[in-house]
Amino acid sequence: MMPPEDPSRERWADDAPRERPGDVDHWSEQAGAEPWEEHAGPMVRPYVMTSGRIEPTRGRFDLITLVVAVGSDADAAVGLGPEHVAIVRLCQQVMSVAELTGHLNLPMATVRVLLGDLLDQGFISMQEPEPEADMHDIRLYKAVIDGLRAL
Amino acid sequence: MIAGGFGVGKTTMVATVSETKPLRTEEVLTDESVGVDDISGVEKKRTTTVAMDFGRITMRDEYVVYLFGTPGQERFWFMWDEVSLGALGAVVLADTRRLSDCFPSVDYFERRGTPFIVAVNCFEGARQYDLAEIQLALNLGPSVPVMLCDARRLDSCKQVLIDLVLHAMKARGLAQEEPQNA
Repeated sequence: MMPPEDPSRERWADDAPRERPGDVDHWSEQAGAEPWEEHAGPMVRPYVMTSGRIEPTRGRFDLITLVVAVGSDADAAVGLGPEHVAIVRLCQQVMSVAELTGHLNLPMATVRVLLGDLLDQGFISMQEPEPEADMHDIRLYKAVIDGLRAL
Repeated sequence: MIAGGFGVGKTTMVATVSETKPLRTEEVLTDESVGVDDISGVEKKRTTTVAMDFGRITMRDEYVVYLFGTPGQERFWFMWDEVSLGALGAVVLADTRRLSDCFPSVDYFERRGTPFIVAVNCFEGARQYDLAEIQLALNLGPSVPVMLCDARRLDSCKQVLIDLVLHAMKARGLAQEEPQNA
């Protein structure tokens, strides 16, 4: 996540927000960027949460990478934002990056950066998904079919 | 992976089979993703939001199947790349009233060599087509299964997924590795 290049397009800097329909469309399509008046969207933009960083310092964090909290004193830690703490709380049980993203209602790129921070500082550990070679393991297919039938 | 055009029932299908409350992840694209992500076709827009549905089924033996309902438009293919890398296979959901909406999905999986099947979601009021007609209309090879389904019904979705796994086994199980260009 990066900030929009043109600060004059910031919603809250705009005194007459509904001059052109095109502009309104543009904004309503941004995550959580609904006009102030109608919906007090996020107070903090995703790029602020990541201090403008777009890549995690460590880890790739695939959608199905599993993450779990290790050590539970994130609340007391210095230098963590509320989103970091929220992630650690959610990860008390093993959780995939996709699930985390859904629960946090944040863009995935943002969650990845935050996860990188937490990994760096030893608050979480992660398990990357199995490599694709497993796709040729017949047992996998049988287990999935059995599982589906049992639904 | 569950793919298909807008409003074809991807979200419904994920919700029907997922054991957890289906989640929706949103990704914001900005200019900065140009060169990293292919957003050709949306050059005029400086940002856009795409949503992806996500569900989960836990199997008895430690396996977990993740379901991803992905946007069908070509301009979101970069998201598919990420999902399809580890994907067992894909269901292309189709609506006979707008069959052409699923062309890009079919195209994509054909090119990637991802095993897929086409499931026609039966909407009330839509004309029922013969499956062979649909196969012909989509210009599918005879090896690609086409079936009818009702995305709202669990047994129907189950059958679709089971057929997909069987098809994926057949596609991969003969030790003929599809060339992966990823």
